[in-house]
Amino acid sequence: MTTPLHLAVALDGAGWHPAAWREEGARPRDLFSARHWAALVAEAERGLLDFVTIEDALGPQSTAPDGPDGRTDRVRGRFDAVLLAARVAPLTSRIGIVPTATTTHTEPFHVAIGIATLDHVSGGRAGWRAQVSGRRAEAAHFGRRDFPVLDPEHLDDRHVGDLFEEAADAVEVARRLWDSWEDDAEIRDVATGRFIDRDRLHYIDFSGRWFTVKGPSITPRSPQGQPVVTALAHARVPYEFAARSADVVYVTPHDREEARRIVEEVRAIPRDGAPLKIFADLVVILGADAAEAAERGARLDEVAGAELTSDAAIFTGSAGELADLLLDWQRAGIQGYRLRPAAVPYDLERITREVTAVLRGRGAFRAAYEAGTLRGLLGLPRPVSRYEEATTS
Amino acid sequence: MTTSTDALPRKRVHLAAHFPGVNNTTVWADPRSGSQIDFASFVHLARTAERGRFDFFFLAEGLRLRELKGRIHDLDVVGRPESLTVLAALAAVTGRLGLAGTVNATFNEPYELARRLATLDHLSEGRAAWNVVTSSDAFTGENFRRGGYLDRADRYTRAAEFVRVSRELWDSWAPGDLVADQESGHFVRHGDVGAVRHDGPHFTVEGHFNVPRAPQGHPVIIQAGDSDEGREFAASTADVIFSRHGTLEEGRAFYTDVKRRLSRYGRERHELKIMPAATFALGDTDEEAAEHAAEIRRLQVSPQTAIAFLEQIWGRDMSAYDPDGPLPDVEPEQEGGVSQGRVQVADRAAVAAKWRAVAEEKNLTIRQLVIEMTGRQSFVGSPATVARRIDEFVQADAADGFILVPHLTPGGLDDFVDRVVPLLQERGVFRADYEGTTLRDHLGLAVPRSLPEAAPAATSGDAPRLVPEAVPTAVPAAVPAAVPEGES
Ligand SMILES: Cc1cc2nc3c(=O)[nH]c(=O)nc-3n(C[C@H](O)[C@H](O)[C@H](O)COP(=O)(O)O)c2cc1C
Repeated sequence: MTTPLHLAVALDGAGWHPAAWREEGARPRDLFSARHWAALVAEAERGLLDFVTIEDALGPQSTAPDGPDGRTDRVRGRFDAVLLAARVAPLTSRIGIVPTATTTHTEPFHVAIGIATLDHVSGGRAGWRAQVSGRRAEAAHFGRRDFPVLDPEHLDDRHVGDLFEEAADAVEVARRLWDSWEDDAEIRDVATGRFIDRDRLHYIDFSGRWFTVKGPSITPRSPQGQPVVTALAHARVPYEFAARSADVVYVTPHDREEARRIVEEVRAIPRDGAPLKIFADLVVILGADAAEAAERGARLDEVAGAELTSDAAIFTGSAGELADLLLDWQRAGIQGYRLRPAAVPYDLERITREVTAVLRGRGAFRAAYEAGTLRGLLGLPRPVSRYEEATTS
Repeated sequence: MTTSTDALPRKRVHLAAHFPGVNNTTVWADPRSGSQIDFASFVHLARTAERGRFDFFFLAEGLRLRELKGRIHDLDVVGRPESLTVLAALAAVTGRLGLAGTVNATFNEPYELARRLATLDHLSEGRAAWNVVTSSDAFTGENFRRGGYLDRADRYTRAAEFVRVSRELWDSWAPGDLVADQESGHFVRHGDVGAVRHDGPHFTVEGHFNVPRAPQGHPVIIQAGDSDEGREFAASTADVIFSRHGTLEEGRAFYTDVKRRLSRYGRERHELKIMPAATFALGDTDEEAAEHAAEIRRLQVSPQTAIAFLEQIWGRDMSAYDPDGPLPDVEPEQEGGVSQGRVQVADRAAVAAKWRAVAEEKNLTIRQLVIEMTGRQSFVGSPATVARRIDEFVQADAADGFILVPHLTPGGLDDFVDRVVPLLQERGVFRADYEGTTLRDHLGLAVPRSLPEAAPAATSGDAPRLVPEAVPTAVPAAVPAAVPEGES
């Protein structure tokens, strides 16, 4: 009997192919309307996917590793992902919504209450893709820190290490803040005139290299208690960050063997609490059959004027072939996938309508939502506040 | 009312709905009182406001839980969501209502906040507003990287520069820069869209903004703050002032003062709307409303809350005294204080003396005195009386409208919308339906063309006003802090 797979889609602009916005049916002006996003998330929910992620960054997209590229032929501009997530939350009821928020220049306090609020407005469907921002160009938008130019060929190990250390601190602060109100802190006790039992609110007293945060949160504990923290990781340092801080990690193997090696490496990193969920990221270009998919890919590449490249593996083929691959890598320890549709709505609809159906036929995907929260869909229990014991004992 | 205003064309009233906050205005002990955090409560109030054709919905902010005597203040509502996140969600369930969030200029950075506000404006199709607050104390700073404390002058220069940079960022995409033309293959008009270069005393922002121009151009700017610096900042920069001057006389004085300052910035009187906070109590008759008002006041000032008020003014522990007994014969502390996260009482001796005089004259217990001296409702009466009074206030230039603070979540605005709004509409001073789609449309504000000229430096002369002066008058949420959600 197959263990069901988790399926998520990563939403970004018109899709992950740079020419996606030029496809028929793309309606590129709508990228900056709520309608576009609401339709995509509704489609993902109809497909019973676990969650969607929403990309974001504190600077425009660029083909250059750091700084603008001056191009006019590609999608530029993004909404703040947490707000976009909140905007679509009331229009859906079961699917998880996982916006990206940067840990580097933002205030951990604000990010924590933003995600907690998303959890409140979505009734327990919030997650967070915690992302570092290492680019000099983005640091210059804040004018507080001077970063070296990010050069993927010659990464500055100390800089990268610091970014992920800081990210871990930011997640730690968020997690403590999310626990800083016990679930039953609100008592409304008329006899004593007290709205809350302040013994069930806790200072978090976090102190680290980059910030200190006193707490407690200003936002009461949210439906999931701890919204789901996720991270994309391509190498050792981010694997360690994910193992220490996240509930779900997205990795980028290019074949089953590499998937097995990455799973082994990630699993070997010590960690507290429930085991990390390991998802693989895949860019997907789909078609009725392999030939049609290849044709679509070629057409998109031609419009873009270059062959698609990605940090993740690129899959081109039919829904059935994709399902085969997903099940194949599952045997290497991959528990779920974050699929990056090359173009929306086309590739998204192939995922939600076809890939899910094939997997379901093989007993590897749900036929109905089995839980009302994102933690529930991922099989994660709702944790008690870490501070709870201290009071009740 | 006054004959002098009868000849003038009637001003239109603007109305906003304040989600009940964390001061004792909000009655949480009433059985009808609902959740302060469930999204359903926000939806109820926002939809009620939209049904009433209100200009906007308003959320306050406080970035650290308030403390009394070194412990978290537990007598009032505690806890709230992140403002802009809730507003983005509300954009999905409302269609015309403006969405105003209070966000602190001290504990944020322009690039991030400007893009969040531009995002909200897009997601709501032109309904976003930012209430720029400047509260800044080391106590709140303990939750932030920024930390620290800024004195009032620095707070406002930072806030002014913050808004300026934000407007530079919002202007960095011209209206036509998003092309998205599939034929020509141009997504953006040129390769340098969003370029910004700002180098000022508080902020250096260099690079490219990544949100296309917002539907309103610039989200509406609201200002809440009362000092000379605050008023100057509002006159130079804001579209709306959220004030605490809700009585006719104070309202008129404030209105005259602030509108007079506008010309210095080349701005017209209608370009800045003044909307004091206002509470209300309704009844079928004026007598019934007065009874209802008194009952609400009793619920707002529990015995424990009465003592807490006293402690903030006296600056010392008063828990030994009976709230139903007389005011004790103790002097206030001159130094130090018992509360954190609120505006401090500036001259305790004077306020205490005033309170004592009232207590003696009217022979009041502690609780009766607090009920008497704080937070009386701004408008009390039958729907007809309240509609008439609101109209009078606006026609008399005591306000351009009001930010209504209901005492109950989430149903506290229901009666007002059902019973008062139709009368305001009948009087011809309030819209029968929305006439535009954006918040700027509702407020009669033009879409900004370009950046305003640099504002002259705020004057720094007068000593700060004594905060407690405002206490007994029109403050809805009247802690001595005298700020509806005053967290500073
Ligand atoms: C009506 C009103 C509402 C306010 N609401 C808030 C608020 O929600 N959050 C906050 O941090 N400060 C709030 N403030 C505080 C102001 O931003 C400001 O810090 C304070 O009034 C002191 O500034 P001033 O010296 O100019 O009066 C409010 C002030 C007023 C007058």
